[in-house]
Amino acid sequence: MRVLGIETSCDETGVALYDTEHGLLADALHSQIAMHAEYGGVVPELASRDHVRKLLPMIEQVLKQAELSRADIDGIAYTAGPGLVGALMVGASTAHGLAKAWKIPVLGVHHMEGHLLAPMLEDEPPEYPFVALLVSGGHTQLVEVKGLGQYKLLGESVDDAAGEAFDKTAKMLGLPYPGGPQVAKLAEQGNPTRFRFPRPMTDRPGLDFSFSGLKTHTLTTLNQLKAAGTLDDQARADIARAFEDATIDTLTIKCRRALEQTGLKRLVVAGGVSANVRLRERLCEALAKRNIKTYYPRGRFCTDNGAMIAYVGAQRLVAGEHDDSTMRATPRWPIKDLVPPQS
Amino acid sequence: MTTLLALDASSTACSVALWQDGKVTGAFEYAPREHTRRLMPMIDDVLAEADVSLAELDALAYGRGPGSFTGIRIAAGTAQGLAYGLERPLIPVSTLQAMALGTHRQHGAQLVIPAFDARMSELYICAYRCENDQVTALMDEQVIAPEAFILPSACEGERFMGVGSGWMLASSLSQTIRDAVSRSLPEQEPDAADIVRLAAAMFAAGGGLAPHEAIPVYLRDKVTSRPK
Ligand SMILES: Nc1ncnc2c1ncn2[C@@H]1O[C@H](COP(=O)(O)OP(=O)(O)OP(=O)(O)O)[C@@H](O)[C@H]1O
Repeated sequence: MRVLGIETSCDETGVALYDTEHGLLADALHSQIAMHAEYGGVVPELASRDHVRKLLPMIEQVLKQAELSRADIDGIAYTAGPGLVGALMVGASTAHGLAKAWKIPVLGVHHMEGHLLAPMLEDEPPEYPFVALLVSGGHTQLVEVKGLGQYKLLGESVDDAAGEAFDKTAKMLGLPYPGGPQVAKLAEQGNPTRFRFPRPMTDRPGLDFSFSGLKTHTLTTLNQLKAAGTLDDQARADIARAFEDATIDTLTIKCRRALEQTGLKRLVVAGGVSANVRLRERLCEALAKRNIKTYYPRGRFCTDNGAMIAYVGAQRLVAGEHDDSTMRATPRWPIKDLVPPQS
Repeated sequence: MTTLLALDASSTACSVALWQDGKVTGAFEYAPREHTRRLMPMIDDVLAEADVSLAELDALAYGRGPGSFTGIRIAAGTAQGLAYGLERPLIPVSTLQAMALGTHRQHGAQLVIPAFDARMSELYICAYRCENDQVTALMDEQVIAPEAFILPSACEGERFMGVGSGWMLASSLSQTIRDAVSRSLPEQEPDAADIVRLAAAMFAAGGGLAPHEAIPVYLRDKVTSRPK
């Protein structure tokens, strides 16, 4: 089955073609980051307007890339949530219009299920069951994955998401949006021993996270240095390093704990923050000796993309699941509400 | 034989209409926040009733705005998906112009000022002259504070009919405008039946676009308070 995947939940337009026999056939991605950067964050209305301009040309582009014609497409998947409602609506309505014209099934899928299963697009995909750490701009969650649609939430952030903490820290350090990669880059120059930031919620049992205290700690440190007149470039880099170390440590400790608790031997790390190289190194180092294998999507599929939506859609469409005539846009949609494919 | 399908979701109403060589059939519902649920079944119903299949359509049309941003995009996305999928041209039609045509057809009005409530104390508004189902704009479509709206000087002494949700804010319009309007119908919403009629004229004149070019017209382009 060949499935067209459409992602428009936030500030990335993603379109891809996935074939259940031959894997990923084509993918196209347009990021709006530059457009929103001037405003210091995503402007929802501008995001929606841009999706409308980009979507059809990108669909045309992936069909060309894969050298396929419209008649070769067997199903359409789009992101139905969670995300910005207006942006979701663009993908949902276009997908439904196309599916009606082509007389093929259409299905709205869960954006985070897309992230969760993005490593399935790699050459050595993980087998079920596994533990997944979802770390993005809007989510920090540990999930036990027993199979498609069988997700048990083990823990999540009680306040800011890890990516959000990266972005806010970047702002405090005067770095441009989105801050994750910028903080990581600045941290490379930082001295890891100068500051030690707290590892929130690691000293008590449980798998929940909290990052807002760490953000406050970063701000306090910055203000102290500013007051003392010693906030130079090196100090900024040292702070970035201390923040990144604390975040990565926290994530690593909780992953280890989740794996111990479930007894599972595979860890999937997905979402925008999983692009962080030092997080990958640290997890690898901490888990390899316990015989645990970690799986990541390729860099391009860590952040929002159409390929992961095409993949998840294909798994569910093949099982007979599809939308009725309602276009779905669900801004809030907890991942634990997902169920295995329903035909 | 020309067969066209038009959709509109730009207001609290949802509508679909079919043009078959001058014969117009369609469905119109008051459907606030229900467009995503109602639009597709309404398309099916309208086509089924006329025993027309999607493949028989020569082109599609939709209410391209102004109106509710999300509503316009629901219609745009659906129409673009259909038109691209069927490999047919797409005709974006002004919702204000469609309101003018509807008022002309139903009430015989020759001069019409359609206006929608644009929130933020503004209106989407324009003025039209209508003759024998031909609708000519007398000015550019605008998003403007009601008290700032003025008619072109050529319209002096003319009597207009007002139509659309914007006329709920009539008390904020200038005295000159209020004097120029003999009657207003604030309850009216755009109807795909009028959109499809305008689209038919545009289609006959070669006015169809490639689906990806048929994008919404919002009129309000300042959507964030931060400076660029
Ligand atoms: N190298 C990196 N190090 C740390 N954070 C990063 C890195 N690269 C990206 N990020 C962060 O990842 C986030 C973006 O990820 P993604 O696009 O998956 O999330 P989102 O769309 O914002 O949220 P969600 O998918 O939860 O709705 C941003 O917060 C960004 O700062």
